[in-house]
Amino acid sequence: MSYQRPVFRHPSLSKNEVGFTRADYEGAISTLCAGCGHDSISGSIAQACYEMSIEPHRLAKLSGIGCSSKTPTYFLGKSHGFNSVHGRMPSVATGALLANKDLIYLGVSGDGDTASIGMGQFVHAVRRNLNMVYIVMNNGCYGLTKGQDSATADAGSINKSGSANPFQAIDLVGLGLELGATFVARSFSGDKTQLVPLIKAAISHPGFALIDVLSPCVTFNNNPGSTKSYDFVRAHMEATATVDFVPEKKEITVDYDEGTSRRLKLHDGSYIQLQKLADNWDPMDRDSALVALNEARAKNEILTGLLYVQPESRNLHGLLNTVDTPLNELKEEDLCPGAATLDSINQGFR
Amino acid sequence: MNSTNIKDPEYFHKVVDCQYACPAHTPVPEYIRLIAAGRYSDAYLINWESNVFPGVLGRTCDRPCEPACRRGRVEEEPVAICRLKRVAADNKTDDVLMHMPKGPFAPNGKKIALIGGGPASLTVARDLAPLGYEIHLYDDQELGGGMMRSQIPAFRLPESVLNEEVDYILRLGIHTHFKTYVNSMKEVLEKDYDAVFVGTGAPKGGDLPKLPGRWDAADHIHIGIQWLSSVAFGHTDKIGRKVIVLGGGNTAMDCCRTARRLGGEEVKVVVRSPFKDMKASPWEIEDAMREDIPILNCMPPKEFVIENGKLKGVLFEKVKAVYDENGRRSLVPTGEPDELIEADDVLVAIGQENSFPWIERDLGIEFGKWDMPVLDKTTFQSTLSKVFFGGDAALGPKNVITAVAHGHQAAISIDLYCREKDLFERPAPTTNLIHMKMGIHEWAYDSAVVPDQRYKVPHAVKEVTLVNRKMEVELGFDQPTGFKEAQRCFNCDVQTVFNTSRCIECDACVDICPTSCITFTANGEEEDLRTRLTAPAINLEQDLYVSDNLPTGRVMVKDEDVCLHCGLCAERCPTAAWDMQQYLYAVTKATKILV
Repeated sequence: MSYQRPVFRHPSLSKNEVGFTRADYEGAISTLCAGCGHDSISGSIAQACYEMSIEPHRLAKLSGIGCSSKTPTYFLGKSHGFNSVHGRMPSVATGALLANKDLIYLGVSGDGDTASIGMGQFVHAVRRNLNMVYIVMNNGCYGLTKGQDSATADAGSINKSGSANPFQAIDLVGLGLELGATFVARSFSGDKTQLVPLIKAAISHPGFALIDVLSPCVTFNNNPGSTKSYDFVRAHMEATATVDFVPEKKEITVDYDEGTSRRLKLHDGSYIQLQKLADNWDPMDRDSALVALNEARAKNEILTGLLYVQPESRNLHGLLNTVDTPLNELKEEDLCPGAATLDSINQGFR
Repeated sequence: MNSTNIKDPEYFHKVVDCQYACPAHTPVPEYIRLIAAGRYSDAYLINWESNVFPGVLGRTCDRPCEPACRRGRVEEEPVAICRLKRVAADNKTDDVLMHMPKGPFAPNGKKIALIGGGPASLTVARDLAPLGYEIHLYDDQELGGGMMRSQIPAFRLPESVLNEEVDYILRLGIHTHFKTYVNSMKEVLEKDYDAVFVGTGAPKGGDLPKLPGRWDAADHIHIGIQWLSSVAFGHTDKIGRKVIVLGGGNTAMDCCRTARRLGGEEVKVVVRSPFKDMKASPWEIEDAMREDIPILNCMPPKEFVIENGKLKGVLFEKVKAVYDENGRRSLVPTGEPDELIEADDVLVAIGQENSFPWIERDLGIEFGKWDMPVLDKTTFQSTLSKVFFGGDAALGPKNVITAVAHGHQAAISIDLYCREKDLFERPAPTTNLIHMKMGIHEWAYDSAVVPDQRYKVPHAVKEVTLVNRKMEVELGFDQPTGFKEAQRCFNCDVQTVFNTSRCIECDACVDICPTSCITFTANGEEEDLRTRLTAPAINLEQDLYVSDNLPTGRVMVKDEDVCLHCGLCAERCPTAAWDMQQYLYAVTKATKILV
């Protein structure tokens, strides 16, 4: 029996700016099936946080129920975490965000947790532009209950028992764009070179950042005919552009070709560097993203990469003009400023 | 890079660092597993097949395997491989005899002479006797064992252990001619031997013939290896109260510790060079210091001081080491006054050399640089086709395990020569890969990797050992400690075998690998690839395992350096593209030893 991970790590692991190695961003050993795409996404999240030199205690992981929602146990073991009720992660995230805007919020959900039971919550989280990263680990099936088709399974996709899915799929990135999400991307668990920079850009983005990550279920949805298998996704993947994330402090030294590349400045001073841009697509134009998405769908392609970003978005805090100090740091005199203050407020209404 | 050819027997062999580093390529992890399983006799036999003297080596080996041990790369100290070998030897039962070759063997009509009764010759004897060769072993000592008997003191290697292992060989029907000094190779060649093997070691101890006073007090100045030999055979049983040992090698350590047991109360080791440059193994230095023997360094001897015709002591110069830009060391005087250290006896242990005064130079056996025989390094054949060399006599002073390795190869050469076959068509190593999967998380080996520091071997108390030169100092691991030490082994012979066609590039292995060994990336030249991996591959002695091209055009690259052989890559692989397979590599011997 070896269901334990040795404590030894590579002796020459390098440290990031805050003095941590990649090993400091690990969690417990995964209990998901061997080869699950979700584990790769966990690895990408840990890698992104390591590369961004995020101190683990500055981040909160939030999740609902499902294979995907188990994963926060498997990364960032030293961060805050809340494993909430099925489909209710956005509510918990909203509460946490309002209580403390100093933390980085990372929501992890699945296709069932988001597109079925949690749909009502998801759409409002988008609409309110919560300042959080929302990663959907999308495998098109309910892996935890033996692989029934989920709401994101494509029409006609063959499941493991051989029958084709009769229903239309909910396309989460299309929905996100429609609802006004300010950062929308799609990626694939098996492509870390694309996924890691997208997660970093999403963390830097000051509003709701949705990343729909296709994440094959090796046990129930990796068969021929499935549109969410490793082979199918690899064969049909198209990217809007290659994505590179350039942190604020790093000087840009590489020359990029003006015609096919574009640099987007994010709110915190960092950049997204895009190369090999798709034709007729503008990452800051929502309509062009929708057109590109529809065209790809018509060609039976899976469009990945950054789809849309609005770097200067106004998130929930801005919309509600919330206080900067976390609630737990507000003193009684801040919260109950006394009769004199109340009087002056009341005077203001006369 | 080209994809790795794992069918090359040396590729996976190299991954088993300890076995690869062992001159005789003893399958170390295999016998350590057997020790952990309590199968001591089997562990002993695995050793005996490869290195012939497990009990001796488990106490005295130079342990080239231990610096190579992978555990030493992630934890402070390597597995105590050498002392585990002793656990096998100490706990074996007589049933080992049942598995050893038993004579009488049908004669094949060929006669072989072995000159010298040390580890090299005895190895040749063991490998050839079962094939029916009539073997005649000549040695000037009273018993077999060579330097293992004459130069390794009994408090490090009890006679009973040595006798037992020498007897395992002599009982195969070897004709022994002890107390017979061979003084003419010509006479040996005139006899009807089909081949002659020379395993006479490096019997000449270094001396300081030109140092003033050397010959004025000759009775109290002894050559280290001769003196040790004289102690071993009971001809010397006392030494003066104050003793100086000159030299910093293992012989010096044996000399000073022996002197402590023969009446030396103030024994000092004096070394020319700085402490860190001493040739002795660190553990031998440690043992000497534990017996209250100071080691003074940077003091070359200048003169043996004689007063009233009697040795008073040795005068030493004070120097310091200075290194030039090429790192070459020179010892320059510090200008401090010379120091006289008083002594009743001085032991000179400053190296040993080969010496072949008994081989006539007109027999066709060519001698080259440093008066060493000209040999083929693979076959150990000299320029006279029927004469072979091995051990220290072949390539200069090394150690027991190297002598054994030479013996195995010389035996193959002698057998090929006697059968009139090409000496360069040598038998390939025996290799085997065995699938270890038993269940989702179950393997046919103990894959869990535990962090655990090296266990210390207990020693007998000084009050007892210093009054009895035959009392063994190290007590060896008991069985429970032996088990715990055995559990520190990573099982590096259980290989991670990658099957490109099965891989779906899900990255599960990359994510789970605790030591970041695995990377999927675009191929490139080795120098460039080594910098692009999950963790940089800076240990250039360790290979990269590169797969064929995968469907995405990338390759799998595994840096073998700090792989823990924990099996997690294979456990997390959904398609069994990774598999853990036990690799058995054995150097083929002239005869199949284990029956």
